[in-house]
Amino acid sequence: MQLPEIEVLRLLSFAVFLAVWWTAALFVGGAKLPSPPAVLDVIIAEAASGALFLHLGATLARVALSFVLAMSVGSAIGYLMGRVKLADRLGDPWLILLLNLPALVVIVLAYIWAGLTEAAAIGAIAINKLPTAVVTLREGARALDRSLDEMATVFAMPRWRAFRHVVLPQLAPYVAASTRSGLSLVWKIVLVAELLGRPNGVGFEIGVAFQLFDTPRLLAYSLTFAAVVLVIETALVQPFEASATRWRPRAA
Amino acid sequence: MRLEVEITGKTYRSAAGGTHEVLSPLKFGLQSGEVGVLIGPSGCGKSTMLRIILGLDRDFDGRVTRPAEARIGMVFQEPRLLPWRTVEQNVRLAAPNVSDAKLAELFRILELEAHRSHFPGELSLGLARRVALARAFAVEPDLLVLDEPLASLDDALAGRLRDEIATLVGSRSVMTLLVTHSLEDAIRLGDRLFFLSPRPARIVQDVPISIPRAERSEAELARIKAELAALPLESK
Repeated sequence: MQLPEIEVLRLLSFAVFLAVWWTAALFVGGAKLPSPPAVLDVIIAEAASGALFLHLGATLARVALSFVLAMSVGSAIGYLMGRVKLADRLGDPWLILLLNLPALVVIVLAYIWAGLTEAAAIGAIAINKLPTAVVTLREGARALDRSLDEMATVFAMPRWRAFRHVVLPQLAPYVAASTRSGLSLVWKIVLVAELLGRPNGVGFEIGVAFQLFDTPRLLAYSLTFAAVVLVIETALVQPFEASATRWRPRAA
Repeated sequence: MRLEVEITGKTYRSAAGGTHEVLSPLKFGLQSGEVGVLIGPSGCGKSTMLRIILGLDRDFDGRVTRPAEARIGMVFQEPRLLPWRTVEQNVRLAAPNVSDAKLAELFRILELEAHRSHFPGELSLGLARRVALARAFAVEPDLLVLDEPLASLDDALAGRLRDEIATLVGSRSVMTLLVTHSLEDAIRLGDRLFFLSPRPARIVQDVPISIPRAERSEAELARIKAELAALPLESK
């Protein structure tokens, strides 16, 4: 089978990574940096016991819920702030505050105020992602083409039809950008939230591994998690971006 | 149906803070079946006037009366198509009630049949303008507004499109308002010509053309042109 050049390059870069890791493991050795097969053994063992899937599933569910929550609320607020000057003026100080509030503060406060609950964890993750969605969608709403708005008005397009066919396609690249950056933010924060206050999930497992200084277990969970993120990025996010910009003439 | 425009003044505040008078007091009306042509120098305020008539700009003194139920078809100076929708979708979104037969006829007249499923980014300017025309006609408007629909097209294409506009305008009873600075377009399409002064615009001449559009021969057009040339117009 003939692989496309880009696939070959990707495999090559992955092979280089493995080679560097393996060589480093040979020099450092032991418990600090286990070799790839040692980590693979742990992954297989955890998968066989079902623990790996349980923890990955719990993390993915949290990511999905908090991401959907943050994207929908954040997009709506961002759109409003981009369209209505008063909303922008009122919301802007809060936005700056939220943007610069460390994730750790939000998570700890959420656990203190709402208890060590699932709702607190998901809410805290969503609040961390929310402001970036607001900022991106506000830019999108500000960049909307007024001449097309006028066209829709003159032709008396009903509000929903105009929103769907005139406004939404213009926002799509901003939604895609916000999805992309937001997802990577959520991936990072979810583990912290789990480490601090949940009894399961990849973050919890990493916390346990840290307490035991169990590097193979730590690497097993974080690498599996990274692999899942990679698959979701290539299988879901990139095709969505491609379809949202389908109408653009191809770059030469 | 009748369109009445009575503007007593329109000023515009520039970014630098000054106020500029865009329109002087002016008044005109248009009947169903009539084509009114606004002719004036570039930047005299024609587009501002159109925006007021279309209801896009409400910040002016005076009033514009048109029947509330009047459907509007508009051809903007730039085509203003949705780049993310195909040619056919662009037309259907503005005119959801258009029948398949009517759409097919419009596309045939405007020679767009081959481009139905193309995106606007794949069209030349001439084609995109024709799509904008198809969209305006597909809504079966009571008020049709054409803002320099033939600008920046070569003469041959402009001439053909002008004939197509004449056919479409003649095929139904519609109030048409055409903005142009081509005298040629004006005398071939118009029933009444309103000559505008430089900014702030006012109507300096209101010239009716009594011969029905279809019966104007080349000789008569030449005569009308000569008569217009003799008029003391600031706007030519």
